[in-house]
Amino acid sequence: MPRLKIEDLDKIVEKQRKTMSLREGAGRVKITVHMGTCGISAGARNIMAEIMRCVDESSASDIMVTTSGCAGLCSREPMMTIEIIEQAPVKYVDLDEKKVKKIFEEHVIKGNIVEEFALAVGSEQTL
Amino acid sequence: MNTTPSKAAAEKSRETGVLAGYRMHLMLCAGTGCVSSGSYKIKEALERELEKHGLSDEVAVVMTGCNGFCAQGPVMVVQPDEIFYQFLKEKDVPQLVEEHMLKGRPVERLMYTPPAEKAVAPTMSEIGFFQKQRLLALRNRGLIDPEEIEEYIARDGYKALAKVLTEMKPEEAVKEMIASGLRGRGGGGFPTGIKWKSCREAPGEPKYVVCNADEGDPGAYMDRSIIEGDPHSVLEGMALAAYAIGASRGYVYIRHEYPLARERLEKAIVDAHEYGVLGDDIFGRGFNFDVTIHRGAGAFVCGESTALMTSMEGRPGEPRAKYIHTVEHGLWDRPTSLNNVETFANVPPIFLRGAKWFTSIGTGDVTDNPWGGSKGTKVFSLVGKVHNTGLVEVPMGITLREIIFDIGGGIPNGKKFKAVQTGGPSGGVIPENLLDLAVDFDQLTRVGSMMGSGGMIVMDETDCMVDIARYFIDFLIGESCGKCLPCREGLTQIGAILNDVCNGQADEGALDLLEETCRTVASCSLCALGGSAPNPVLSTLRYFREEYEAHVRDKKCPAGVCRNLITYSIDESLCNGCMLCARNCPQNAIEGEKLKPHKINTDLCIKCGICRDVCNQDAVLVQ
Repeated sequence: MPRLKIEDLDKIVEKQRKTMSLREGAGRVKITVHMGTCGISAGARNIMAEIMRCVDESSASDIMVTTSGCAGLCSREPMMTIEIIEQAPVKYVDLDEKKVKKIFEEHVIKGNIVEEFALAVGSEQTL
Repeated sequence: MNTTPSKAAAEKSRETGVLAGYRMHLMLCAGTGCVSSGSYKIKEALERELEKHGLSDEVAVVMTGCNGFCAQGPVMVVQPDEIFYQFLKEKDVPQLVEEHMLKGRPVERLMYTPPAEKAVAPTMSEIGFFQKQRLLALRNRGLIDPEEIEEYIARDGYKALAKVLTEMKPEEAVKEMIASGLRGRGGGGFPTGIKWKSCREAPGEPKYVVCNADEGDPGAYMDRSIIEGDPHSVLEGMALAAYAIGASRGYVYIRHEYPLARERLEKAIVDAHEYGVLGDDIFGRGFNFDVTIHRGAGAFVCGESTALMTSMEGRPGEPRAKYIHTVEHGLWDRPTSLNNVETFANVPPIFLRGAKWFTSIGTGDVTDNPWGGSKGTKVFSLVGKVHNTGLVEVPMGITLREIIFDIGGGIPNGKKFKAVQTGGPSGGVIPENLLDLAVDFDQLTRVGSMMGSGGMIVMDETDCMVDIARYFIDFLIGESCGKCLPCREGLTQIGAILNDVCNGQADEGALDLLEETCRTVASCSLCALGGSAPNPVLSTLRYFREEYEAHVRDKKCPAGVCRNLITYSIDESLCNGCMLCARNCPQNAIEGEKLKPHKINTDLCIKCGICRDVCNQDAVLVQ
């Protein structure tokens, strides 16, 4: 490692931005892959792999990827939920890698919901 | 079918030292507390299970500095979900990894339940212990791996140094520090900027910066945790101090008993050299600064600035008279600025965000007078009879009640709060009627205690105040360096009187003599250690005199602690004759038949208290 110049500090901050925003909870988008037993057997692990590939290839550092249990609609797995800050969450169903890539580019990056793959906007009412 | 997710990204991460390819970080505490309760075993188990489920490339395990919630260790925070897990054991790990890391279902049974509540608090922001804290000195707590300099830099590390080296003259840096109102966090509360100014203006070269990491108060571990959790914050603070006063050498005087802190600091110094933030010509601005670690043998008196410097020069650690100022004649008789670990950790954010921002936190007004208030935050180690023991950082001006009841979760086992001891052996106790006191340097001194380095020991109704005073005086008798007579002989006499009081052998005049001896020691001792040593006695006498009087006049210990003054008996109306006490008594001093009330033979009883501990009916009385 050569000795740092002042401008190198910002380069390191940039380089580590993804790491830090994950820990600081400074995300703009949260992607949840549903990983119940049903989801996993329908291929949710591949969906997760594809999502992570997309996130890694994009320059965005404000995307959180997380898992959750069965969403209750086992016949439409694999599923994922995309939640952009201050917008209602959108659930996508019957996913495969190609659909994931398209949803990522359209919805996560550009902010347009991909209606053809979406199940519903919003979520159930809870307590 | 399982493909390995983003293998390429994970490999890239390993090469570049960036954890970008991971979707989840397991922030596992590697502070001394959690390491002793087994966090490295948990780390191995986590890595094993992650591997088993093919998650090694998605989920990273990160060892952090002290999380602060030491009572619940080993603790781990899962990010980005912010889920807080406690009391982790190796056997919990397989379920945890499968449920949470793979399937995304956080495991409730490993979460924290607040005292007096039934539902768990899953995330850190829902836990009272963390809610009222404000992290400045501990700003990177649990967020970075202390051994990775780039993670420190990623949280704006070394930016303050870059800013000051390019934008400020040393004199301006000193002015900024004075304007911030930062006061020494090691105990005395001397304004840091004033110290820097005197040192800068003192004649003589070279000048030195010394970091006092000789934390010696029983129960206090703020400085250790700062070094363990964020060593670069201390190094950057020292570099800024060096620039301001015109020094190019710094020393960290650290206790021998802090091996983990020393190791992390050593690594931090090596890394800082490699990155060029220590060494010659830092950031190409012509400023040189280097830091050396000096190990102390762990004498309490070496936390005193002049004794510390004497010890560094290779002589016995003994203080000298204060009228020769260390800022003029310090280490090797050269101008030296000595500041505490926590003080240094506060320095970078002050320069980065400005003195004005810093003065917005805390009490009083420091515009014209650096002693006019207490600005910023203070780290306390909250220990004793309190639910949530651990390390807390709170804004100055918070009340004791908030610290003990909101953050600390109150007193366990349904007992009543009695007093809180602040400032370690040099501090004093504060009783219940002062719980709403706003905590800052001046308020604590006003009520006869002191801020000290930040130990906070909570006591309940079963603690005897005379016994507590005796404990601290015993500690100080052992730690007095012996150089001056008032401290050496005075403390021994105070100890002897306290022993008499506890044993019921003191007569009517004992308390007056005790008070007089304390005042003599306080006013005639050479250094601050002796000067403040009688505080534990004076403050307990001030607030709990009736408890002393009960020992002297009635030969009774109201808290039931002093053995010579108490007797054990059994309340016949409560005893159900279960025989548990009789079977456990090491003296066979308990008589009685099954299902009939028992009796204690006081001639045989050695007052060990086992019967009271085992009784299910609370039928054992101490009077």
